Amino acid sequence: MYQYNDNDQTLINERVTQFRGQTERYLKGEIGEDEYRALRLMNGIYIQIHAPMLRVAGPYGLLSSKQLRMLAHIARKYDKDYAHITTRQNIQFNWPKLETIPDILADLASVQMHAIQTSGNCLRNTTTDHLAGVCTDELEDPRPYCEIIRQWTILHPEFAYLPRKFKIAVSGTTQDRAATQFHDIGLHLVKNDSGEIGFRVLVGGGLGRTPVIGKVIRPFLEKKHILSYLEAIVRVYNLNGRRDNKYKARIKILVRESSIEKMAEWVEAEWQQIKDGMEVSEDRIQSMIAQFQSPDYDSNASNDSTFEAKKAQSAAFSLWVKHNTAAHKTAGYRAVFISLKAPDCPPGDITERQMDAVADMADQYSFGELRTTHRQNIVLGDVNQADLFSLWKKLDALTLATPNIGTATDMICCPGLDFCALANAGSIGIAKEINEALDNMDYLHDIGDLKINMSGCMNGCAHQSVGHIGILGVDKKGVEWYQVTLGGSSENAAAIGLRLGPAVAKHKITETITTILDVYIKERNEDEIFLDTVNRIGITPFKSAVY
Amino acid sequence: MKIIKDKQIIEDTLTHVADNEEISSKNITVSLSRWKSEKAKLTEHQGTIGVRVSPADNIEDIADDLTLISLIAVELPAFTDGRAFSHTRLLRDRYNYQGEIRAIGSYMPDQVFYLTRVGVNAFEFDKADDLNVALSTMNDFSVSYQASTN
Repeated sequence: MYQYNDNDQTLINERVTQFRGQTERYLKGEIGEDEYRALRLMNGIYIQIHAPMLRVAGPYGLLSSKQLRMLAHIARKYDKDYAHITTRQNIQFNWPKLETIPDILADLASVQMHAIQTSGNCLRNTTTDHLAGVCTDELEDPRPYCEIIRQWTILHPEFAYLPRKFKIAVSGTTQDRAATQFHDIGLHLVKNDSGEIGFRVLVGGGLGRTPVIGKVIRPFLEKKHILSYLEAIVRVYNLNGRRDNKYKARIKILVRESSIEKMAEWVEAEWQQIKDGMEVSEDRIQSMIAQFQSPDYDSNASNDSTFEAKKAQSAAFSLWVKHNTAAHKTAGYRAVFISLKAPDCPPGDITERQMDAVADMADQYSFGELRTTHRQNIVLGDVNQADLFSLWKKLDALTLATPNIGTATDMICCPGLDFCALANAGSIGIAKEINEALDNMDYLHDIGDLKINMSGCMNGCAHQSVGHIGILGVDKKGVEWYQVTLGGSSENAAAIGLRLGPAVAKHKITETITTILDVYIKERNEDEIFLDTVNRIGITPFKSAVY
Repeated sequence: MKIIKDKQIIEDTLTHVADNEEISSKNITVSLSRWKSEKAKLTEHQGTIGVRVSPADNIEDIADDLTLISLIAVELPAFTDGRAFSHTRLLRDRYNYQGEIRAIGSYMPDQVFYLTRVGVNAFEFDKADDLNVALSTMNDFSVSYQASTN
């Protein structure tokens, strides 16, 4: 993974000093509420219902074991012993005291981490595929480009006060696992007709109140032009994006109101002026690629026979392997999903004890690295199959081995009314209730691949509009109601879910979900997954059963 | 009033003349639209002539006139409006403007570092106290990732 050089380290140290000064001035009353708000947001600090919330950047989801131990330390020392993984691969703390945040940032800086631009109307953390570099369907590892983009975004002096937040995602695979079609800019590594690898560039995708699928603005961009092209798009947006209404300020609205053709014309004109002065040299690309070299794999890994034997001996282990591990590009290795969706655990939460233990497991079994996923789990990317059984035992002892990855209980869920000042309705409690209703593992595995996403308000932090089943909490005269959508997807065949009908009352939501699943079980063709059934039969049969 | 120019606090006599006001001072700025409509008369003015660029203005509209303008004031009507940052980049990098670029309006001393990076070299604040804070923030960072004007 990328290792900071002296300049990188100096920059984040200076950021800590700057923010410490700003916070001291604020606490002395020398900075106004609104001004400090903008400054703290750009360091990842929201004020929530109970306390400030600190969002730490997980650059494209990649963490070292040392960094995870520091997050565990922060959870113990400054928070309530746990952290939360977000849908953009960041890490949140829900209970820090404002006065201690400069110290937390200093602790983070000591392990090459920061919270820069994890919120606010600026360029946010760049995200990617959680299986980058290890999966079997990859054209090229996207992470070197993510790091090049990360550096370009950090403290970009021109783009710190954009009309609204701005998110970039990069994917290097045929199966999009980074929801790139729902980002302000989505980048796909693709090969052109002459066999050269570059980027297909999408613009104007997004979730939230107005979900929109991104449009292709440039089918092929040479790698050396990546930063100039991004700069051109963001400059056009900074100058032309709407600032009169925050709900219409994202770049998707600019694209919609001006048309993708007009947008492409503006960007092209701007890009022509700057492209030659901003080329990313081949040397820089190569030296960045060198930072993401594969670890030293055991070339005999696939000769191991214990893995198959253990699977045959233990049905539980076999089930876990099936659901919670993924194929690896290297024979004899697998990527392991650590489920943060145990029945009694708020989705995406991890305790300090679990973090320390996972850090040890990353060291022992996965070359000291791990990844956070946009579905709020953790991945150990490089596990030798001979180690899977002992890893599983350890995870199981920590309730981190629920075999539910990709199933109905692997829900994406926002903090909801329990923590968030914006929420209209609870989400963690509903997740728990649905989890309990589906706690029969045989039933869960019979339902199979299903993505349920639940947000507590229109802002859609849990991406409900692209859930196969989406649940959106709404407030009706002070009472929590839930709107259900079906058929959303953030994968290749991107789609925005269709509304099933009127919102349902809180006490009816779990029953609504189980009714929907009953219809699926009745209507599905043999191996058809839920999403395919919805796409084939439409929402009417589901509607009739629910209402 | 006192302003910051080229990292020094100095006395300044510039008057920002509104569109409906008579020009009665020596050193002035006018809006971009007034500049366009009264250019012939304004180029005869004895004293400093500056043009105010507001967020919705298009920098291209004064690109051909830059040799006639000794100062450009980029306006931040609210600190959240970041268009002045792009305007300044364009003035410095695209149109190679060498004169003074001054930030005016409602912005924070904490934005001075980024404003300096994009090419602003003079700062006017409503509150005199902000000048010293602004000066102290100018060296917040000794390193940066992006090529920019400064």
